Formats: sequence, C-alpha cells, structure tokens
Amino acid sequence: MSKFKDTTIKSKLIRRVHRRILLAGILKASAVAFLGWNIRKLQIEDSEDYKLLADANRVNLRLIPPSRGLIFDRLGTPIALNEQNYKVVLIREQAGDPGKVLKRLANIIELEHKRQEKILQDMKKRSSFIPITVAENLTWKDFAKISVNLPSLPGIIPEVGLTRHYQEYESYAHIVGYVGPISDKDLESEKPVDPVLQIPKFQIGKVGVEKKLEKHLRGRAGVSKVEVNASGRVMRELNRTQGKSGENIHLTIATNLQKFASERLKGMSASSVLIDIKSGDILSLVSTPSYNPNNFVLGISHSDWNDLLNDERKPLLNKATSGAYPPGSTFKMVVAAAALELGLIGLNDKIFCAGFYELGSRKFHCWLKGGHGKLTLQEAIQKSCDVYFYELARKVGVKSIGVMARRLGLGQAYNLPLTGLSKGFIPTKKWKKERFGTSWLVGDTLNVGIGQGFSLATPLQLAVMTARLASGKEVIPNIIKNSNKNTDNPKALLIKENTLVAIRRGMFDVLNEEDGTAFNFRTTDENFLIAGKTGTSQVRRITREEREEGVIKNEDLPWKMRDHALFTCFAPYKNPKYALSIVVEHGGSGSKVAAPIARDIMLFQLYGGIPPVTAYPDKQQVEVRNRLMDIEKKINSRTNINPNI
Amino acid sequence: MNPFIKIIYINWPLQILILATALFGFLMLYSVSGGSWEPWTKPQINRFFISFILIFVMSAISISFWQKISPFCYMLGLALLIAVYFYGDTGMGAKRWLDLRIIKLQPSEAFKISMVMVLAYYYHKLPVNKVSHPFYVLVPLLLIIIPAFIVFRQPDLGTALVIIMIGIFVMFIAGVHFGYFLFGGLSFCSLLFILFQSRGTDWQLLKDYHFRRIDTFLDPSADPLGAGYHITQSKIALGSGGLFGRGYMQGSQSQLNFLPEKHTDFIFTTLAEEFGFFGTIGLLIIYSLIVAFCIFSALVTTDKFSRLLITGLCMTFFTYFSINIAMVMGLLPVVGIPLPLVSYGGSSMIVIMLSFGLIQSAHVHKNIGF
Repeated sequence: MSKFKDTTIKSKLIRRVHRRILLAGILKASAVAFLGWNIRKLQIEDSEDYKLLADANRVNLRLIPPSRGLIFDRLGTPIALNEQNYKVVLIREQAGDPGKVLKRLANIIELEHKRQEKILQDMKKRSSFIPITVAENLTWKDFAKISVNLPSLPGIIPEVGLTRHYQEYESYAHIVGYVGPISDKDLESEKPVDPVLQIPKFQIGKVGVEKKLEKHLRGRAGVSKVEVNASGRVMRELNRTQGKSGENIHLTIATNLQKFASERLKGMSASSVLIDIKSGDILSLVSTPSYNPNNFVLGISHSDWNDLLNDERKPLLNKATSGAYPPGSTFKMVVAAAALELGLIGLNDKIFCAGFYELGSRKFHCWLKGGHGKLTLQEAIQKSCDVYFYELARKVGVKSIGVMARRLGLGQAYNLPLTGLSKGFIPTKKWKKERFGTSWLVGDTLNVGIGQGFSLATPLQLAVMTARLASGKEVIPNIIKNSNKNTDNPKALLIKENTLVAIRRGMFDVLNEEDGTAFNFRTTDENFLIAGKTGTSQVRRITREEREEGVIKNEDLPWKMRDHALFTCFAPYKNPKYALSIVVEHGGSGSKVAAPIARDIMLFQLYGGIPPVTAYPDKQQVEVRNRLMDIEKKINSRTNINPNI
Repeated sequence: MNPFIKIIYINWPLQILILATALFGFLMLYSVSGGSWEPWTKPQINRFFISFILIFVMSAISISFWQKISPFCYMLGLALLIAVYFYGDTGMGAKRWLDLRIIKLQPSEAFKISMVMVLAYYYHKLPVNKVSHPFYVLVPLLLIIIPAFIVFRQPDLGTALVIIMIGIFVMFIAGVHFGYFLFGGLSFCSLLFILFQSRGTDWQLLKDYHFRRIDTFLDPSADPLGAGYHITQSKIALGSGGLFGRGYMQGSQSQLNFLPEKHTDFIFTTLAEEFGFFGTIGLLIIYSLIVAFCIFSALVTTDKFSRLLITGLCMTFFTYFSINIAMVMGLLPVVGIPLPLVSYGGSSMIVIMLSFGLIQSAHVHKNIGF
C-alpha cells in the first residue's frame, strides 16, 4: 500500500516535472515571440524613422570659410591680405597626458606656463576630440620644428589657416580698419544671419572699410558634407559645394603719399586729407597717432586695449573724418563767398580794422592787437583779419553763411565706407533756440564769421571745401576707386567765377605776399605755387583780464588748452589739381605749425616724391633738407612686416 | 562503452546549432573590428574551438561523475565568489574579475552552472514527498540567496537577479508546490516597492547608479547624451537595419562607433544594423532551436538530476540571450549580460560551453537511470 502510494506520488511528481518543463518551454516561446514582435516593430514598422536618425548621426555639414577679399591701394599695392597663419592645435583624446605634451612643446617653441595652464583649463571644458588652439602666428621656423618633432608630441596637429594681415598698417589703420572675431553683439545685428558667422571666432570687419564693405569682402561660404563618427571626428567627405571668395577692393589712396604724410605728422595729434580736385579721389587721409590693426585680428589684449583707450591723443579715432573742430579762420572763405554772392560787398570796398569790433558793450578782438587798418576782401583773407569778417558776417547773417557753408561741403557727411563719419556742424537760429532756449545773438554771428563759436568741421570737409573753391565744381570725395561714376564730371557749384577768383587770389596772397599769414611757407617753384588759408581755432575762452595783460602764449598752456592749428590749401594755383587740409590738435597757430606740414605734403604730391629743396625759399633749404632726409630715411627703413608675426 | 562511440549519441542538432551561432559571432566580430581578424575575431575563434572540443570530452564522461562532484563545484564556486569579493580586480566600480594568472575569471558567471548542478543534485537526493516541505524549500533558497547576495554586493545587480531567477526556476521545475511561487512573487513585488521607497533616504538599498539606470530604462529619451545615449544609439542601429540590413560591414552606427561595447554586450545591434530583420530573426530562431533541443534532451533523460540540470542550464542560456536582446532594444535596463556565443569574451564563452558539455553528457547517458 505504502509502496503504491509512494509510486503514485513519484509518478505524479514526474508528471508534474514534465508538465512544468513544458510550461516553461511555452513561457520561453512566448518570450521569444515577444522579442520577435518588438524587433519587427523596430526594424520594419519604424525603420524609416531610425534610418533618418542614423543619417542625422552620421552626416555633418561643415562650412568652409570663404577667403576674404583683399584691399589694395590705387596702384594695386596690397594693404590688407590673407596670410597663412601657422598654428598648432591639441586634441586631448590623442594626447594621453596633455600637460606633458605641452611641456615638451614648450621646449620647442616659446609657451608660457600661464598659457599652458589656460589651455589645459579650456580643454577640460570641451569634449576630448575638440581641437584647442595652442599657439598661433608661428614663424615658419617654429612651425617646421614642431612638424619634425611630431612623433614625440601626440595629439598636436599643425594647421595652416588664413588670417588677415595689414601691410603699411600704421598709415592705413584708420581707413582700412581691422577685422576681429565675431561677437554675440555682432551676430544680433546681422539679419538674416549668414551661416558662416557661426564658425567660432570667424573674423568680420569691425572698423573702417573692413566693416563698411563687409558684405563685399566676406564672400560666400562653401559647404562640405562629411561623415563623422560618434566622437565627431570626420571620417570622409561625402560632397562639397564651393563657396565664393570675397570681392577685392581698390582704394583711391596712394601709398607713397600716405606714408609720407603719416611720417610727417608723426608725434603730433593731427590729421590731413589730400584730395584730387578733378575726381574727388581721396589720395591720402591720415590721422596720428595711429595703432597696429594686426593686434586686433586675433583679439587684442586687455592692457593694450586700455592703453589705446586711455591715450589722450586718441589713436583709435580717425581724426580726419571723425574729428570735428571749430574751423577757425579757414571758415572766412565761406563768409567771403556768401557776401560776394549776395553782392553785399564789392571787391574794392574796404573795411577798417582797429584791432577790435564793438558790439554794444562787448568788444570783439582781432588777432592783431593794433589792428590792420583799411582792408579789401582780398587783403582781409591774406592777413586773416578778424574785424573785417565780423563786419562781413554781420552783413551776411547766419542763415546765408549756413547756406554757403553747406554748398561748399560743410555740415554734411559723405557717403564713404568709413566708420564714425562726423557731419560737422553749421549752427542755425532755430537750433540755438531749441538747444539752449535762448535767442540767436548778433555776437553769435560774429563768432561764426571767424569760424569760432558753434560751427564745427572735419579735416575732410575742409579739404572738400577748398577743392570746391578751387574748381568751382561740386567735388564729392570718394575713397573706393571707380565707385562713383558722377564724380568724374561733378556739377558746377553755382558760384560766380568772379567770387571764386577773388577768394583764390586772397588765398594765393596768404602764401605769396609778404604780409600773408603763411608767407614763410611759400614755395619757390613757379609751376607749383600754393594757395591756402591758415586757421587757429581756440579751444578756450580768453577773458578780458587776460586780454589786457596779454594773451598767454600757447607754449605756456597745458597741451589740452592750446589752440588747434589748421591749414587748408590747393595747388598748383594756376591749374588746381589737389586740395589739402591739415589739423594739428592743440598744435598752436595754423600759420606756424600747420602750414609747413601742408607745404611738404602738397609738394610731395606735386613732385610725385620727396620734393627738391629748390622748391623752398633759400633760407629754409638747410632745415628742409634735414627734415626731408630724415623722413625719407624713416620711410625706407620702416619694415612693413607686422612685428608680431 | 568506448568514449569515442559515446560521442555518436550526443545531441547532434544541438551541437550544430552551437556551431552556427558561433559563426554568427565570428562574422560580427570581424565586422565591428572594421574587417580585421584582430583584435577580437581570432582569439574568439581559438577559444570557441578549444571549448567546442571540450563539449565532446565532457559528454564522454559519465553524468554520474558530474552528479557526484556537484556539491564540490558549488563549494568551489562560492569560495571563488568570496575570493573575488576580497581580492577581485575592480573595473567600472565593481569587483567582478578574478585574475588567476592564466585566465581572468568572472566567478559569478561560472557560479550559475555550479548552482544549477547543486540544486539538481539536491532534488535528486531529496525524497519526492519532501519536495514541498517548508524546511526543504528553505535549504535550496539559502543555496540561492547567499551567493546572490555576495554577487549583489560586488556590486552586480543584474547577475544577482539572474542567479535568483535561475535558482527559483530550477525549484519550480523540481516540483515545489505552486503556492510558494505565488507567495514569493508577491513578496518580490513588495520588495520592489520598498526599494523604490528607500530612494533618497539614508537607508537607500541600491547604489545611485542603479536607480539612474532604472530611470533611464523607463525613459531613455530623458537623458539622450548621458546614460540614455547607449539605448538611443542602439535602437537607432536596430531600427535603421530595416528588413535586409545595410549590408555586411556597412552599418554606419557600428562602423562609426556610435554604439557602445559594440563587440561585447551590444553586438546584437551590429547584426541588426547590417543584416536587418532577417539576420535578427534568424539568430533568434537558432537560439530558440537550441532551447528546444535542450528541452527535448531534458524530456528524454530518465533521471531527475539530468532533467533538472538540463532545464536549469538551458534556462541560463535562455536568460542570457533574451535579456541581452531585450536590453539592446530598450525593453530592459542595461545590465551587462553578453549575447551568448556571439559576444566577445572568454569567461561567458567558457561558461556557456561548459554548460553545453554537461547537457551533452546528460544526453549521452540518458538511459543510465541511477
């Protein structure tokens, strides 16, 4: 019985085991079916979606930055070029121990300890396959040394990129400007966004022609479709669309003149503009002191930037177009032209100068304490008599003076691809009322009459004014070659020839008559006689007490308080070709400081090189020879190569 | 009987299926190494054929021998687990490997076999009427729980759970009363509940990374660049394979390194990407056939030890491939279980081949009836 029971239990259990094995088998089969069903869903149902995802993983679009357009001077000398930039990058994942690799690299090229630490820090922030720039702008020698030692420098990759480089950087900095790495602010102002701008550290124009003609210079990026692996490394290129290089730009500037002018103005806070009267081409536009735009290309250091910003002579400012100064006596031509045009004075009419002009209880002084006596208009220009022009300005009125000023090119900005163009300023009665809430006074008109008070002009505007007076045409300045078709044949100014002749004659006398304010700085070459006008603009108010005790000499004043020295001229007198204006900030008197500089630059242009000393009066020849030789030496010795490269 | 004659009686279809699976593996390893025998394909082939011969040798040895040494195997396995806990190599924050100079062993893998052996031995010796007696249920439970706990502390949650699963499965096949499993299932669910309740408290029962893996498992897209990256990329590879695949060695996901552990745990994705639905279902069918032939062997054997041994080892094999495939499809968390006979790796290959050796031995000696 018990044995029977035992066997029944046993057989029952055996059956149970069999049953359970089969049950387990069924469970396994259903598990497999479940897996199969899921595989089917992934691989058949949703396959298309996943294929797209796989491609999105695999294919990356890379932009090939276009090569930036070059900038040349009027003769085709390159000013802004793209130089090969030898650099080395480090990829962490290939380096093993990046600290060690950098130390080894520091034995080959100069690599400060601080810089090494900075690189290691940057590296930590980024994925291990991202190349980090270790050193840029290497010399070919250093670059070659690194390339030879590559086997001992794992992760170091030498690369050649293109970087902007400026030749003749000092004399061109203010015109050409510079490029720099794009900032978030730059990106915001760009609409629609050019995809190329999203390349990190892409260089765009920040100042000057580089900025204003950015669209022409930049070109269009090419696109390279590449296959990348999971860590982002490029495995192969799938296809490529070529981009387009930027357009080249030709400036109207003549480099030799530009270099001479900037050398001549060196050491001063000054600017000069020389334009071709016929075409309006700006042949030279200089502002000193200058700076090295190459320093900006790869990002300027904080201390260098602060030095530039805090320099009281403002190296970053293009004084020739952004600096607006009281035009001083150079404005007298405007008043004279207005009076003659309105017929308010005849060419032989005389006005008496006693050294001052009384307006009610106020006295307006002439620069010459004793006065000039009786003067015609021509003589008044020649001697720059203030009283004469007080009288004349009063007759003409501020409104007509303003009209004439604008006609001659003042108070307006020209359409030039330069940054920070100033419009200058020509005051009106309405403006004063709005600005100060007080009415226009006759005294204001008198001040305007001698280029003081509210009126402001840039050196460029003064050059344009002179060019218009010299030609009788509405000369429009331009700085890009062949950019403006109608400048070849400018409109007439609508000023009577007699008026212009009289003013030109007065300007001729300034240099070529013994009592002229710039007689000392005449030329002796009959073919290249210069006509011009001096100007000295006050930046401070001279009190009555000071005037009685004797006006303090400029040399005794702090630099900031000294007068601006101005000079504007054209030449040759008989057949005007060039107009030139010069402003030396806080330089003192226009006749003593600005005129000799203007003569040197103008003669350089007229002779097409360093002028012969025979063009100067005998007594000055020794001094002039020394000065010119000195400048010539400096121009020739100056290396055009950026010392940083 | 002459051992060479014995070989004739092995389960030949099973043996051929094993070879077929391994060939799949060689093919895939050759592909993921970019069309090269090195560094994975050659060692894998060597290892496979040595252990393939081992199956024949083992099958010639009597099943009664394997039965006799079962308890010692268990003791040895347990000792190795304890040894690895104290002396093991640390990799990825877990001690799993034991360097025995000649071979780097992962004792938790080998332990699965010895546990199945000892449980089969236990139920073979246990009188049938005591199978469901509470005390005799507790003994095998301890045999399972103690090593599982050690493995869990390595920490290797995945393998610990697999050990428990296989052990319980053997108990189930042995015929323990159904009520225990019902009770066990319920307590397991409540344990899970408590585990999740413990999260973030000072008595947290699992490591943070376990919880994170579970989070990722539940929603891989939440962290596509971090922990969920593997699953997302692996699903992309699977899905982009389509019906016929992208062609051998043409899978962009695997060839371009988007897949993690592409030669070990994630090798299935490469297969799926390059051979498509036909490849994956083909492998799944081969695996199922291996399981089916094992079940056949289990049913034709006459003694309880063999039966339980075969079902238990077959279950081990089944858990390997089903968990691995479910894992790469994102159906289960990533737990580090290889695709049997396909993934590169010595430890898992030897363990699997050893278990097939035992199965074949049981099959050859099916009529011994001890």
